[in-house]
Amino acid sequence: MMIPLQFHHNGRSVALFVGGGANLLVVLRDMLGDMTPKFGCGQGGCGACTVLIDGEAHLSCLTLAASVEGRAVDTLDSLKDGPRLHPLQQAFMDRFAAQCGYCTPGMLMAAKALLDRNPNPSRVEVVEAISGNICRCTGYEAIIDAVLDAAQRPRARA
Amino acid sequence: MPLSLKACATAAEAVAAMTAERGARYLGGGTLVMRDVNEGDLSFSTLVRSTDRALTRLETSGSRIVIGAGVTYAAILAQRDLAFLHPVARSIGGPAVRNMGTVGGNLFAPSPFGDFTTALLALDATVQVQGGYSPREIALEEFLAARERNQSGLVLAVTAPRPASAEAFRYLKVSRVKPKGAAVLTIAAHVPLSGGRVNGAHIAFGAMGATPLRAKGAERALEGRPLDVQSIAAAAGSALEGLSPVDDALASAWYRREVAGVHLRRLLGGGS
Repeated sequence: MMIPLQFHHNGRSVALFVGGGANLLVVLRDMLGDMTPKFGCGQGGCGACTVLIDGEAHLSCLTLAASVEGRAVDTLDSLKDGPRLHPLQQAFMDRFAAQCGYCTPGMLMAAKALLDRNPNPSRVEVVEAISGNICRCTGYEAIIDAVLDAAQRPRARA
Repeated sequence: MPLSLKACATAAEAVAAMTAERGARYLGGGTLVMRDVNEGDLSFSTLVRSTDRALTRLETSGSRIVIGAGVTYAAILAQRDLAFLHPVARSIGGPAVRNMGTVGGNLFAPSPFGDFTTALLALDATVQVQGGYSPREIALEEFLAARERNQSGLVLAVTAPRPASAEAFRYLKVSRVKPKGAAVLTIAAHVPLSGGRVNGAHIAFGAMGATPLRAKGAERALEGRPLDVQSIAAAAGSALEGLSPVDDALASAWYRREVAGVHLRRLLGGGS
């Protein structure tokens, strides 16, 4: 059973047919070619697939694709601006907050969801914001430092 | 086998879809059902979902609160009137899970999940279920006991009285991963005092059985007594009555039995 689906992917309207049980992550990666959300566990345990739906953090692997009809889905790819890095990305680079990089797209989107709502978070609030995202190699301290750093940079709120 | 999807505009249509088909499974926020979908679970062939706004209603002003089945933990956290449930909602998942997971879905969460349901059980909540033509009200304890046998119909809402006072309701989730992880065990206790004595104690444990369960031995040990070191020690000593924890990746059944009383004693204020 294929279902017609239309939504906004990083500001661009897309229309396609998806399977009844298809999750949003599969649609983004395999059908739209956006490889920025990562497949980690498929169970909601790791946060590597985090995207923003209407501005709020969601796990794309546990989101039924058909449920985003008409909604705005933003992935890490939405942060790009030509050769310029988003302040969050720059802060992650400057603070060595990405080692293998697999958790990074999810971390960045979880951090973006936080900063969009709370531009000047405390350390505790940052920890809470990324508490659903697992990192197995970089270590959380550098990531928390980077998010706090990004909050102080101009344009982090964009 | 590809899954089919029934998207229903109204809860009534969703009830009909759930009743009509044996292989139907209702999809709420997705945090439980989509896991099964992703793992290729063949026990259902149709997903049913509904965008009916009635399922996300939230009535918080009265002495009895009404939480629609589709209300998310994030929505609970956005309600100042539901402050007593905030520690419960905050203990579940990260922000993304809380933006997705629903109170109705939590009623079906297998152990070690179901923290919110554990809290609702301690509050003596009632579940509104629609199977046939009219909704019926079932005590949450009864609903949970029949959960595995009875998957048809649709949960519309949960209602619960407010706790007697802020101190009367206590909640503790013990997990190994900090700051967030699934429960080794969860305890919710509603211990109202009247005239200095416990009157109507409800104590519920999560991850101590297939569903959240009442600890009736502990409740009896407190009932009619002042909440003091002796009554709390007695409650802790009989905490395991009716509980049947299992081994899982987080803790063994033995460990859960060993620590359940200890955590209950600490939660009730009976020292370490």
